[in-house]
Amino acid sequence: MPPLPNFIKFNSLQWAISIIFIILLLSFMTLAPHTFLHSRIYIAYLSTIPFAGMIAVAMTLVVITGEIDLSFPSVMAACGFAHATVYAATGSPALGLVAAMATGALARALNGLLVVGFGVPSIIATIGTQFFWRGLTILLAGGLALNMAEIRDTAFYYVMVGRWFGWLPAQAVWFFLLTAFSWLLLNRHVFGDHVRFCGDNAPAARMMGIPVARVRVGVFVFMGMVTGLSGAMVCMEMASWWPTQGEGYMLLVFAAVFVGGTSVFGGKGTIYGTLIGAVIIGMIEAGIISCGLSGLWTRMVYGIVIMVSVSSHAALTKYSKG
Amino acid sequence: MTPLITLSQITKSYGHVSALKGIDMTLHENEILGIIGDNGAGKSTLIKILSGVEKFDSGQMFFSGKPISSPTFSVSTARKMGIETVFQDKSLGESQSIWRNFFMGRHRKNALGFIRVRHEKKEAMRVLTKILGMDGVGISPGAPVSVLSGGERQGLAIGRAMYFDARVVIMDEPTTALAVREVGKVLGFVKTLKKRGKSGIFISHNLHHVHEVADRFLFIQHGKVMAEVHRKDASPEILIETLMKCS
Repeated sequence: MPPLPNFIKFNSLQWAISIIFIILLLSFMTLAPHTFLHSRIYIAYLSTIPFAGMIAVAMTLVVITGEIDLSFPSVMAACGFAHATVYAATGSPALGLVAAMATGALARALNGLLVVGFGVPSIIATIGTQFFWRGLTILLAGGLALNMAEIRDTAFYYVMVGRWFGWLPAQAVWFFLLTAFSWLLLNRHVFGDHVRFCGDNAPAARMMGIPVARVRVGVFVFMGMVTGLSGAMVCMEMASWWPTQGEGYMLLVFAAVFVGGTSVFGGKGTIYGTLIGAVIIGMIEAGIISCGLSGLWTRMVYGIVIMVSVSSHAALTKYSKG
Repeated sequence: MTPLITLSQITKSYGHVSALKGIDMTLHENEILGIIGDNGAGKSTLIKILSGVEKFDSGQMFFSGKPISSPTFSVSTARKMGIETVFQDKSLGESQSIWRNFFMGRHRKNALGFIRVRHEKKEAMRVLTKILGMDGVGISPGAPVSVLSGGERQGLAIGRAMYFDARVVIMDEPTTALAVREVGKVLGFVKTLKKRGKSGIFISHNLHHVHEVADRFLFIQHGKVMAEVHRKDASPEILIETLMKCS
């Protein structure tokens, strides 16, 4: 192959994922023009994709640090529960959100303690915390769901998940802001630079005076706060909390991160990739249905898209090295 | 003139194994000191002590005439004083870009912690191309370090140390595992280091490489300095002879 110009060569994974996205979108437009040539489906996506998307963006930072977090679905339920109970006690959804984010930060500080303090690999530590937070939440909730129908009448509900101008889902705006913030953090801020080196070569990072332990804990806490934000927003959108909240997000979040080209070995990953990954994963299901295929196809198409993306990423990584 | 670094009777043991048994050593301003020794002679322990990675058990260490107390001497205090170490594989993040590696842990940032990316890219390229004379095809600030050759990577780490005003750059086997052409590049970087008024400690077991750049040679064996040779008396043959006598 001829040498590629730098802006393609050093961002080849981002180009690849963009091309996959465009192919997928064009095929949906061709096969289901009545759905994909109208704005309604896109507005629906703007209301559904942000919840998993926000967690995927935060997870990207965790994975770049060389860690992984399998406990976020449970932490999300715990955060949602904190949100629902604080809202029930105080009548303030804003306090509920603060409680949810604090719960997330606390839960992840515990992760950080296990991983950094005791040296438990995060994949194992978070299996433990996954059970712990789900169990604790169910125990405290007595296994019952909580209804919060009145939250829909509050102004805060409108700010977080309302439909601005009568059509724009607020969560899409928050998702966009969080994505922009994370991009700045990873690409332009010292913290993001530390995150990259911790995942890439932790001994070197330590030698060069980067506070590796603090960065790891910091990333986990950031992830926790985003999980809290997402958990509280899901509760508001649905106006209820239920004990299995978050369980469906495990596949979606990891698929978005890895389809987006983030390396499981740490040190490499992009916010842009995860954003496109989240959109791809989020649009497949409705796309398949509107193409006239039955829902039975969804999982298989997910599988194909994930396999094609991660294989092309692996091939491109090899090529750009050689 | 006061030597830059003086070690006097430094010892270090790991459990029952004593790695250093009383090392005496001086490094002068603008001097390249070659440290030669076989595997297991105590070279890497010595570097670890000089760079602040390990604490020494007894003996004294002076930097510019000032005594250094072992308990508080760490990598970061060493770097603040101007002692910077280029470790073989612990100096760079492979997947990160050249400019990020150049400023790793020491970014130029504003009050909110945002990095001055354009300034850093320009400075990194200036040092690598103008001062060190690198001209490889892959050298652009955004390229990942993995596109650099082995010698260029050493150059990046050495250039980085110079840029941040290191007074002493300690190089741990910088030419090991490099192709001949790459060795030439690294030796060139070491010469640049001296030309710019810095000092260096060049640890190696390859006599020919050290011979080209060092002003003075110390031979270490069994945790002790066995011999010292000055540049004017040193030919590769004499160095080999001395090494044979020491081991």
